[in-house]
Amino acid sequence: MFSSTAQAAPRSFMPIQGSTVAGYVDSLYAFLLIASFIACVLVIGGFIYFAIRYRRRSENDKTLYITHNNTLEFAWSFIPFVIFMVAFGWGWWVYDKMRVFPENALEVHVTGYMWAWDFMYKNGKRTTNEFTVPVNTPVKLIMTSRDVIHSFFIPSFRVKQDVVPGRYSALWFEATKTGSFQVFCTEYCGTGHSAMLATVHVVETEEYENWLQVDPYRGLSLLEVGQSVFEGRCLVCHSPGEDRKVGPGLGGLFGKQVLLDDGSTVLGDENYIRESILYPNAKITAGYPSGVMPTFLGQLDETELLGLIEYIKSLE
Amino acid sequence: MHGAHSHNYLNHEKGLWSWLTTLDHKRIGVLYMISVFIFFFIGGVFAMLIRWELFSSGQNIVSPAGYNQLMTFHGAIMVFMVIIPGIPAFLGNFFLPLQIGAKDVAFPRLNLLSWYCLMVGAAIAFMSLFFSGADTGWTFYTPYSIQTDTGTIWLVTGAFVMGFSSILTGLNFVVTTHKLRAPGMTFWKMPLFVWSLYSTAILQILATPVLGITLLLLVAERVLGIGIFDPALGGDPVLFQHFFWFYSHPAVYIMILPAMGIISELITTYSRKTIFGYKAIALSTVGIAAVSFFVWGHHMFVSGQSEIAGIIFSFITMLVGVPTAIKTFNWVATLYGGSVRFDAPLLYALGFIFLFTIGGVTGIILATIATNVHFHDTYFVVAHFHYVMVGGTLMAIMGGVYHWFPKMFGRIVDDGMARITFVLIFVGFNVTFFPQFVLGAMGLPRRYADYPVAYEALNKISSIGSWTIGLGFLLALYVIIHALKRGEKAGDNPWGARTLEWQTSSPPPHENFDKPPVVTAGPYEYR
Ligand code: HEM
Ligand SMILES: [Cu+2]
Repeated sequence: MFSSTAQAAPRSFMPIQGSTVAGYVDSLYAFLLIASFIACVLVIGGFIYFAIRYRRRSENDKTLYITHNNTLEFAWSFIPFVIFMVAFGWGWWVYDKMRVFPENALEVHVTGYMWAWDFMYKNGKRTTNEFTVPVNTPVKLIMTSRDVIHSFFIPSFRVKQDVVPGRYSALWFEATKTGSFQVFCTEYCGTGHSAMLATVHVVETEEYENWLQVDPYRGLSLLEVGQSVFEGRCLVCHSPGEDRKVGPGLGGLFGKQVLLDDGSTVLGDENYIRESILYPNAKITAGYPSGVMPTFLGQLDETELLGLIEYIKSLE
Repeated sequence: MHGAHSHNYLNHEKGLWSWLTTLDHKRIGVLYMISVFIFFFIGGVFAMLIRWELFSSGQNIVSPAGYNQLMTFHGAIMVFMVIIPGIPAFLGNFFLPLQIGAKDVAFPRLNLLSWYCLMVGAAIAFMSLFFSGADTGWTFYTPYSIQTDTGTIWLVTGAFVMGFSSILTGLNFVVTTHKLRAPGMTFWKMPLFVWSLYSTAILQILATPVLGITLLLLVAERVLGIGIFDPALGGDPVLFQHFFWFYSHPAVYIMILPAMGIISELITTYSRKTIFGYKAIALSTVGIAAVSFFVWGHHMFVSGQSEIAGIIFSFITMLVGVPTAIKTFNWVATLYGGSVRFDAPLLYALGFIFLFTIGGVTGIILATIATNVHFHDTYFVVAHFHYVMVGGTLMAIMGGVYHWFPKMFGRIVDDGMARITFVLIFVGFNVTFFPQFVLGAMGLPRRYADYPVAYEALNKISSIGSWTIGLGFLLALYVIIHALKRGEKAGDNPWGARTLEWQTSSPPPHENFDKPPVVTAGPYEYR
């Protein structure tokens, strides 16, 4: 499920620098790593040297009696303090670049929910779990969640922001390289947390403009949307009539009592259809094995789901 | 244990009942020891299962839902049942009164009650496993914790009850330190372990109630539907994070300050040298405790708190780094000109300095706000806090146990074996957790039941390391049991230490000292 598109493999120092701030973050990180390394060499090297140099040679060893040394203590308080302040100030300076939003940024609306991401553009174009942005253009994501807290993280762009229900949060980036980059959810959100992935495609501006105009569902009625999704994704296993394929035929399902494998029955209404698409193993139709149908959770957006329900309603 | 012929706290009374109703701080310390060891074993098994699942990409031994339960219980057990009670309630209970020359703690009954709070709280928390379990992580973030399965309520309630254990211990230690010091023991003559327990106790008293109230509000919201944190009910989910970290950041110092106290004891004892910068260490302990109340927002840089708040929290967090650095330099300086003996406790103390330094510098990398944005909630954070909590606190517990074992049980631990446990745990630890810094830099988020194949190689190394740690701790358990049964009889002061607990017999008598000690010199007078 992770092998989506041509993802730039993450590198061990830091992932590929794909945005304008990435370089700044990495220089700061490099500085911190070097300072940390020197500190570790001093402390660890220091105690190893002292411990060996002053190892016990006899039970009557005389040891020095030193209680303190003001100069030394001032030095090793003040020098770290200065280094920490450099880290703090530098961090602030870079953070400023991340958090001051450029004015004419391209705005994209993001909705997180268990366990997928929806993207919506100004012209009404919607996508799920992948979105496309133009290169060298500031992009602002305005984000909210439909259920619990999620967090939107693009490692290659060095940006991350929590996505909170009941409010909007935002982040911005300007991609500097074309290609496809991984998006992770980084706020724990339950069973599907580690599968709540998305991809951002960075393309040239013209390609973006073309892409934006192509709306597979433009001008279609709900029923027509449903039919097109059905033919693309469901038809392999379900017939629109009543005959059996891998799964039961869906003709006449709506409004009928469905017999389940535990002997109970359930009404074939909107909720049952929705549940069967998102959680196929929750209820199993009598005569069919469980665990066969994959979940479409996170793969269909709300319009597509409603379209499917509408379409199934229409089947005789 | 029965080899000790003299009259001591172990043979003062007999039978299980005498233990379950004991008011002797030493016996209560032993009760805590047994409980903490058992909890550590359970939490450790969960850890092994986690690393097994993560050995390769894809689903291996548990479903994602199962993984989330493992991750939650591992974290909750290790934090609330092992690392928090680990030093104060176990080693602190045993040695605080001994180190200040007292007969017992100020409130022996509260002391026993605190142990029962831990046990009852733990029992309630484990009940959760019979009610669909809990999968919120040890942090219980809302609104997920309000919506997920009901087993969560048990775990939350358990943590609430265990909090009282911590509060009661803290209260007891503050009063004990103020009121029961032996004649002549001024504050500036107290051992540094006592200073650290005292500062910790203040944190326990002031911070834990906030956690208690927060958890109570959470349960009220779930059970009664009062809108506090859930936006669906008009609440604010981020408010929970503020409350939670207002407790939990000071709590990380509840975990580390006593460990630092132990390290000060070990370094001086095994180098036979007075501590360098006694006052600086004592005051930096108090300083860390005070400042730690004002840094909670560093867990929330990307939560949606205001940018200004983030910058201020970043600044204050840097300030905590200074006293932390001071202590480290003081320990290193103490070794200078000493007479260093490489017994297992010293190895653990040096291991502590090694690992804690790495934990500290990566803390600074996380406190730097711009780099935090990238590292937050990735494996980098996982590595950071394991370096400080396992590399720091757990190393100190191990060192402390080997150091004080002769005093507690009157028997000598096989030092060769104890050193082997150190090598296994230390090497295994680095193999397990160092790669996780790299994984985090590469962008791998934490709390993932599964990960892209690109992250597989380092995860494999990490899992292999975890087996080494596991082996080390199993061996350590064996070494301890072996010493209890077969260990040679220990003298009163096998290490030649100067603090008061070594002046009484091993194991100490029921009321600690045959005649009350009078203190005339500081705790580390090695001349
Ligand atoms: C030099 C001292 C330290 C500094 C500057 C520091 C800094 C930080 C920062 C900034 C974070 C937040 C990272 C994030 O979530 O993005 C963090 C996380 C954490 N630190 Fe530290 N830290 C220090 C010492 C300690 C100590 C002594 C402990 C405990 C013994 C500790 C335990 C933790 C834990 C448990 C977390 C993660 C909590 C969670 O999200 O589950 N830290 N630290
Ligand atoms: Cu913190």
